[in-house]
Amino acid sequence: MKAYVEGLGVWAAGLEGWTACRDVLAGNRAYEPAPLALPPSPLLPANERRRTVATVRLALQVGSEAFAHAGRDPSATATVFTSSGGDGETLHGILDALDSAELDVSPMRFHNSVHNAPAGYWTIATHSREPSTSLCAFDASFSAGLLDAVAQATFDDRAVALIAYDLPYPEPLHSVRPIGSTFAVALVLTPKPTPASFGRLMLSLGEEMPTPTKMTDSALETLRRGNPAARSLPLLLALARGDHADLVLDYVSSNRLAIAVAPPPW
Amino acid sequence: MQPLRLTAFSLITCLGSGLEAMLAALQAGRSGLNRRHFEGGLTTAVGEVVLPLHSPLPPGLAEFDCRNNRLAALALQDGAFAAAVAAARERYGAGRIGIFLGTSTSGIASTEQAYRRRDAQTGKLPADYRYAQTHNTFALGALAARMFRLGGPAVVISAACATTAKAFGNAARMMAAGLCDAAIVGGADSLCSTTIYGFRALGLTAEAPCRPFDEARDGLSLGEAAGFTLLEKAGSRGHRDDILLLGLGESNDAHHMSTPDPRGQGARLAMERALASAGLGTREIDYINLHGTATRVGDAAEDAAITQVFGSQTPCSSTKGATGHTLGAAGIVETIISALAIRHDFMPGSPNTQTLDPALRCGYLLKTRSGRVARVMSNSFGFGGSNCSLILGRATP
Repeated sequence: MKAYVEGLGVWAAGLEGWTACRDVLAGNRAYEPAPLALPPSPLLPANERRRTVATVRLALQVGSEAFAHAGRDPSATATVFTSSGGDGETLHGILDALDSAELDVSPMRFHNSVHNAPAGYWTIATHSREPSTSLCAFDASFSAGLLDAVAQATFDDRAVALIAYDLPYPEPLHSVRPIGSTFAVALVLTPKPTPASFGRLMLSLGEEMPTPTKMTDSALETLRRGNPAARSLPLLLALARGDHADLVLDYVSSNRLAIAVAPPPW
Repeated sequence: MQPLRLTAFSLITCLGSGLEAMLAALQAGRSGLNRRHFEGGLTTAVGEVVLPLHSPLPPGLAEFDCRNNRLAALALQDGAFAAAVAAARERYGAGRIGIFLGTSTSGIASTEQAYRRRDAQTGKLPADYRYAQTHNTFALGALAARMFRLGGPAVVISAACATTAKAFGNAARMMAAGLCDAAIVGGADSLCSTTIYGFRALGLTAEAPCRPFDEARDGLSLGEAAGFTLLEKAGSRGHRDDILLLGLGESNDAHHMSTPDPRGQGARLAMERALASAGLGTREIDYINLHGTATRVGDAAEDAAITQVFGSQTPCSSTKGATGHTLGAAGIVETIISALAIRHDFMPGSPNTQTLDPALRCGYLLKTRSGRVARVMSNSFGFGGSNCSLILGRATP
């Protein structure tokens, strides 16, 4: 099963946007994670920007960057959203309210608590009525999303955007589900090469695979291990270098996802 | 789409355990909803499942223990269903059976309880709390994989109330892509304070059992359920009672996070895409199982969509008055109800609905009716404007 990458968006401390990320991963610039300030998404109306939760801002940020990079219309493109944990602040706010005598859950928190909240805001912001799904596979959420997006691109013969994001939970949830730092990534995938395509991915799933690919830079490896969406880093590295690469990502149980990355020409 | 075969089913709702219990309740027009008083002065009818006192989780999977996983495990352990999965495992191999499940709140009730037991000094959650195995959205997928010792693709979909309808789409794509030969599709959602008080905050919970499409309808009744089906390729050897998945359409409203588009444009698109994917016209649909949660705007929006696509003739009803709104599980519950309608040639009525809203124009059925049912459309719509319509049909015409 294969797909072509025609757009990328990235957001993490020290990797603000694909250009910065590519420079770091290609070895042109040192990885220096600084405290992260996410800009308000231009996709949202001004009154929505302040009150929008972090997962939504992250998803909209990387999604809009990837579509701009691809030069593709988001309103006509199907989407796959994937995240292990959803929005921690929202979750904590609800759980805290349910531990009070009033049991007053904020209605906005409640609708923001659904796992598909970023998908909902994305489809509203981009006026997209195209199919959208929202997935979770714990630490393998990125692999599961990639597999679903490529299957959909292949099966429905259409462009599909994958948007993956996770960010640290507040305490006390952080102690039971420690996510290291914020990471979000988006890929615009097509079933056939387009003039904008810059990488081909060939996917295979199986149990008899080499161990998952690690990052050689220890800080990037910490980032990769600490956030389910950052498990995409070996793939981003291959795309940044524009080389042929064979890499392996963790999947569910003892399965692994092998990805053969190839730059043009194909 | 290439039709897929639904070869085994398992279902637990407030109407009982198993397909026979559901069939009997639907044919008798019985509701499983009962008024209940909750803390904080809330009275609302719910469709509650009476679970056994002892955990049904197999030894070795005790760390998954929570209400949602107990409900799911009970349904997964159903004798005929578990035997069908075991046979499929034998036939295709453990790595060739995918798991495509859905839930909206997973085991969040365990986290609600853990928050109430936070350490007074440190604020820490109790040591016996298990996030990954209970709260995380993927818990259900991990549980099913462990219970059946399966190693194929596995993912949990969480797209609010369209979740377990959409899971058929994920399964169909992965089967078409050749990544698995069979799939367990379904899921579970259970009553929890998050949804009970969350829907109260939105002003959407009714006090009396919900009355879909009634002129006096005043909100939804939450329910809980677990349901699963085994999906196989249509060419595989089948049984005369098998049901086919003929078509599937997904769309988004692109309108509002928690209010449907009043013009029903997203819902209409999902239905039209399902018909196109099945290669069927509206006259070939004998009955429509509506999303129909009994909210004022939700039912009106769906009615607008139905009448635009089908007119007013096609018999349709919501079975939420019988089961309650089981949120992420609603898609699989109503898929199985649709399968029963086809197998037993009947169209379920709408318990609790007394007087149809004269402003709504679809061919709504108040009472259960007998009649040939060869093909059914089942609608599931959710928060975030997430829509999915499925079309099911008879394997043997």
